Amino acid sequence: MNRPTEIRHYRTEISGFRHRVMAAAGIVVLLFLFLLGRFFYIQVIQYHHYFALGESNRISFLPIPPNRGIIMDRNGVVLAHNYSAYTLELTPAKIDDLDATIDQLSRLVNITAADRKRFKKTLSESRNFDTLPLRTRLTDVEVARVAANRYRLPGVEVKARLFRQYPLGTSASHLIGYIGRMNDADVAALQKAGRYDNYRGTDHLGKVGIEQSYETLLHGKTGAEQMETDANGHAVQSLARIAPVSGDNLVLYLDSKLQAIAEQAFGNYKGALVALDPKTGGILAFVSRPDFDPNMFVDGIDTADWDALNNSPDHPLIDRALRAAYPEGSTVKPFMALAALHYGLRSPEDVIADPGYFSLPGSTHRYRDWKHGGHGMVNMHKAIVVSCDTYFYRLANDMGIDRMHQYLSQFGFGRKTGIDLQGELPGLLPSREWKAKHSKQPWYPGETVIAGIGQGYNLATPLQLAVATAALANGGMTMRPQLVEAVIDSRTGQRRLVPPQPLTRIDIPPDQLKVIVDAMIDVTRPGGTASAASAGAPYLIAAKTGTAQVVGIRQNEKYDARHVLAANRDHAVFIAFAPADNPKIAVAVFVENGGHGGSAAGPIARAVMDYYLLGKLPKPSAAGPAIDAGANRHAD
Amino acid sequence: MQIKRWLLKIAIHLDFPLLLLLFVLMILSLFLQYSASGEDKSHLLMHGINMLIALGVLVLVANIPPPYLLALAVPLYTTGVILLVGVALFGDVVNGSRRWLHLGVTRIQPSEILKIATPLMLAWYFHYHEATLRLKDYGIAAVLLAIPVALVARQPDLGTALLIAASGFYVLFFAGLPWRALFGMIVAGAASLPILWHFLHDYQKRRVLTLLHPEQDPLGAGYHIIQSSIAIGSGGSFGKGWLHGTQAHLDFLPEHSTDFVFAVFGEEFGLLGNVFLLLLYLAIIARGLMITVNASTLFARLMAGSVTLAFFTYAFVNMGMVSGLLPVVGIPLPMMSYGGTAMVIVMLGFGIVMSVKSHRKLIKS
Repeated sequence: MNRPTEIRHYRTEISGFRHRVMAAAGIVVLLFLFLLGRFFYIQVIQYHHYFALGESNRISFLPIPPNRGIIMDRNGVVLAHNYSAYTLELTPAKIDDLDATIDQLSRLVNITAADRKRFKKTLSESRNFDTLPLRTRLTDVEVARVAANRYRLPGVEVKARLFRQYPLGTSASHLIGYIGRMNDADVAALQKAGRYDNYRGTDHLGKVGIEQSYETLLHGKTGAEQMETDANGHAVQSLARIAPVSGDNLVLYLDSKLQAIAEQAFGNYKGALVALDPKTGGILAFVSRPDFDPNMFVDGIDTADWDALNNSPDHPLIDRALRAAYPEGSTVKPFMALAALHYGLRSPEDVIADPGYFSLPGSTHRYRDWKHGGHGMVNMHKAIVVSCDTYFYRLANDMGIDRMHQYLSQFGFGRKTGIDLQGELPGLLPSREWKAKHSKQPWYPGETVIAGIGQGYNLATPLQLAVATAALANGGMTMRPQLVEAVIDSRTGQRRLVPPQPLTRIDIPPDQLKVIVDAMIDVTRPGGTASAASAGAPYLIAAKTGTAQVVGIRQNEKYDARHVLAANRDHAVFIAFAPADNPKIAVAVFVENGGHGGSAAGPIARAVMDYYLLGKLPKPSAAGPAIDAGANRHAD
Repeated sequence: MQIKRWLLKIAIHLDFPLLLLLFVLMILSLFLQYSASGEDKSHLLMHGINMLIALGVLVLVANIPPPYLLALAVPLYTTGVILLVGVALFGDVVNGSRRWLHLGVTRIQPSEILKIATPLMLAWYFHYHEATLRLKDYGIAAVLLAIPVALVARQPDLGTALLIAASGFYVLFFAGLPWRALFGMIVAGAASLPILWHFLHDYQKRRVLTLLHPEQDPLGAGYHIIQSSIAIGSGGSFGKGWLHGTQAHLDFLPEHSTDFVFAVFGEEFGLLGNVFLLLLYLAIIARGLMITVNASTLFARLMAGSVTLAFFTYAFVNMGMVSGLLPVVGIPLPMMSYGGTAMVIVMLGFGIVMSVKSHRKLIKS
């Protein structure tokens, strides 16, 4: 009885087994169809998506940075250019132990402690995945040594790069500025401006000066090479190439020789000078002393050098010509006199008696003239020539601060000139509104009185004073100060002039102007406050001296002139234009702690005018004004 | 004359349809490896040598009568398990897992042995309990299966553990594991997934999560899946052409000659090539299942069925993983991926299939 059941059992078992094989086969087919569905999905439906991903994997655009434009002066002297050199570069992202790698490299090439420090600083400021320079200007031997050992130095590369160089070194450093490594803030700014794409492959940009303000023109257009690359980023082959477009070259109004003479004329003095062509507003010389070597910044300045420059009490990095505001002092007097004529408050012949001081009606407070006992009978001409304070105290009181503010603002005092550089300060031309806003106090009549001689709240940058002087020289036509005369297209070589831009036309009747200019000419003649500085000039100079009192000065941030000795505190100011009958150059000079304008600042302006008008080099002995504290306040 | 007769004697045990299909697969494999290796001839030569060795193993095993295979089951399984215990105690740690055992001059990965030894052992067990099969026999078989699976899983080598589990399970399945028990296991398995999740290592969890969102970690765990999907997807309908795939040649695709070789295949031969490969695998599986159905003994049926479905499992899991359907586990594509051991194991399996098929008339039970 057992047997049949067992046979039947066996048969059902066999048929059950067949079912199981069929079921297995069914599952196999089902799962393979599932795979097929997946293949169909990614290879047909999603094909374009994955194809594009594959291509972007494979093809990369390697940016080709453009050559930066060259900057030259009006005579073609090169102020900023590029040279090619080999650099040793590290990619920190690919290096495990940076110090060990640098140690290893130091056995192959000469790596100084300064190089290490600079590299550390650059590293701390760098973007991720950057390659950073460790050493620049490798010699051929060093290049060969690194190349031979490259296989055991992953993340180390030798690259041929273009470097920026400023052949004149410290000369005109504030004006030319420098380029430096892009930092995160620069990148963010470029991204915001939508210009970052044009900076792929570039790691420097203009930071200061013309390098900064003309960055867009100087930089050029980045090209690209379409490369097939492998997963490690190594180029396999080039597929296409779009050539970069070099940046435009800039031609400045600046005369580098004139600039050098002006800088030498400062000697050890601190201060600033701006010389411009009154007809165009073109900047001929632009001095800020002390200065610095912009070449230090190109490869990344090391911490010690940076601290030395940044923490120096002399503040060499600050461009005094447009970022230091000084009281204009007596140099404001010609403009005050013009205002008097304009408002009909004085005729040129009106005479006052100067007892050596001025008092407000009903007050016993005496505003003293610089000359004890006064200048006697003084008309407008004499008031300018001898720089009579009493005359202008009284005039200011008669004019009132409102009219004073209104008239002087036409010359650009109290607002930015719009020069093609960034960071300009607006100076300060005080008014009732300004004071109300600034100190929430009413304007006092006494403040008007001292504003009449350019003291009190008044502040002007050397650039502003030069622009105002040029406006006088130009018969009231104020030109926007401008550094760049022409832009040379790098592709076509075409020279495109940057047209001079009139700022304002101040309506000055010629007879009124003549009164002022004549007086300013007599300032430079015997009896005038600038006679010594102008002696023997074969051309007519119109000038005005000034002394800026330092007490209560507000200058730009960090700059604190209170550190200097009390005896040396006053700043010398000097404005001039020449030839007075056909002005070709207008100059404004501030000499910090230089004392009286005629003796300290005058000779500097004279040296500049002599070279510009006569091509005359200053005598070696007159290379710098003697520092003569005793000359303080002897005539102003 | 003598050699010819000898050859004939050997050849009689080979299944020519299956062998032919395997030859097509191997030729395809040679072309694929040449391309995937970046046209490296020495790599191709090594691959060819591995193939010949595997083929030799196939021929050898095909000529072993099933009773001898049966006799090998217990010692092989026991040795394998002892070696696994040895690995757990004295094994070398490579890439964070303990898989290798030093045996004097060479080192071996005992888990590979168990890919064959485990189904062999289970088949042996069922073969000797065929007449009196009870539910408890499936239980005992399950324990025999669980021992090596657990040992391999804790190395940890989840991929191999799952494969061993799968090939053992196929034996249970073909041995007539009751459907109730089968469904019970499936339900229990599904229910225990959340618990199992806690036992996974972090990297294993990451692989599963990565599968769901590869783009969240494109340079880390998601990189493999993204790059292999790009390779296959960018192949399109007809592929970029042999030797013209860019993903592998430019090194974007990792492990492009071993576990991820299918991505190279998909990129160069497109959907068309994939369909052909699926059909080829399907034909091999079909032939294997035919042999299974026609096998005369339980042992033959169990071994042929298990080996065939294990082969399917390798192929499915690998292609599913490379095309982004399944988590990344270290399973090569059978006969296509570079690597001698995997190829030998596959061919050894087919050797057993051929042996049980060709010896069916000779067996005396």
